Amino acid sequence: MTVALSGKEIASQIEEKFPGSVEESSQDSLVMKSNSLLPAATFLKDTESLKFDYLNYITAVDYYSYFEVVYQLTSLEHNHSIVIKTRCYTRENPAVPSVVGLWQGANSQEREIYDLMGISFEKHPNLKRMFLWEGFPGHPLRKDYL
Amino acid sequence: MEVSKDREYIYSPTELDRIEGQVIEELRASSQESIPDPDEWLDEELERNILLTSVDAILNWARRSSLWPVICFPACCAFEFIAAEGPRFDMSRFGMEILRASPRQADLMITAGTLTWKMAPNVRRIYNQMPEPKWVIAMGACAISGGIFRSSYSVVPGYNKIIPVDVYVPGCPPRPEALIYGVRMLQNKIAKAPVVPDPLQLLEKGKKE
Repeated sequence: MTVALSGKEIASQIEEKFPGSVEESSQDSLVMKSNSLLPAATFLKDTESLKFDYLNYITAVDYYSYFEVVYQLTSLEHNHSIVIKTRCYTRENPAVPSVVGLWQGANSQEREIYDLMGISFEKHPNLKRMFLWEGFPGHPLRKDYL
Repeated sequence: MEVSKDREYIYSPTELDRIEGQVIEELRASSQESIPDPDEWLDEELERNILLTSVDAILNWARRSSLWPVICFPACCAFEFIAAEGPRFDMSRFGMEILRASPRQADLMITAGTLTWKMAPNVRRIYNQMPEPKWVIAMGACAISGGIFRSSYSVVPGYNKIIPVDVYVPGCPPRPEALIYGVRMLQNKIAKAPVVPDPLQLLEKGKKE
């Protein structure tokens, strides 16, 4: 069974490497600042003791005051997993860095989030709408979409 | 010059002539009655089998008895269609077991499933590629009206928004029996339709106002 690592523990490791990059952490997950997501994700993937080489999923949640993008990572080698999150506090053009360079599986999921939630992923290789067509008004999974 | 002995026949020339004459006489005697026509029995059989009908009726019979559906199944109603095609319900009893991968060889579209606006141009293109005469069966609630997804931002509320529909089969999904009943209804409809439609009407078919 995959062991879910403590968010607090991982947060302290990241804080050690990149001070001030973790917004908050709990037993289940940790919240990254979006500008330090990419170096922290690279750290999580490449560190020998962590080695999160598999991205289970990316999803996004609309909490009215902010958007939250959720990543679940698993290490197939160490058989442990972690949930990391990042937040966008703006409703106009929210953006987080793309992790396609680290995990190829993120490609279509980031496109889906861009399409339905309207969060753009910086430096995504092919960021265009996926399920809806070019010219569709709005982003249907946002809470204020009617 | 003397003719050598071994060249002589057993019969003399006179005897040969007599034998030949005898053969002819025998054949002539036995050939006084003409031989009966070997196909004579057909007359009776033809009288029982030939039906006189109109060209319209025979063409419509041919059309409705060989409906070939095009492969265009956007969603889950396709499974009921597969069941209807399968050995238990066996739609081929009505002459329509051949699914055509190319719309150019098909004359029936069974719209089995929810249609999204993103898919709609492709379905419309498949319909346009089918040669006349062609018919459409709207299968299931989604095909009729959009079903439970009717109010969704991405779903076409009924196939009749993009292509003309001949028969509506309700259900979610319809049972294979219902689909076969719908096909039978379509066959009844074809039987009554004019074989050569009005060309102007044909040009207008499927166009929007």
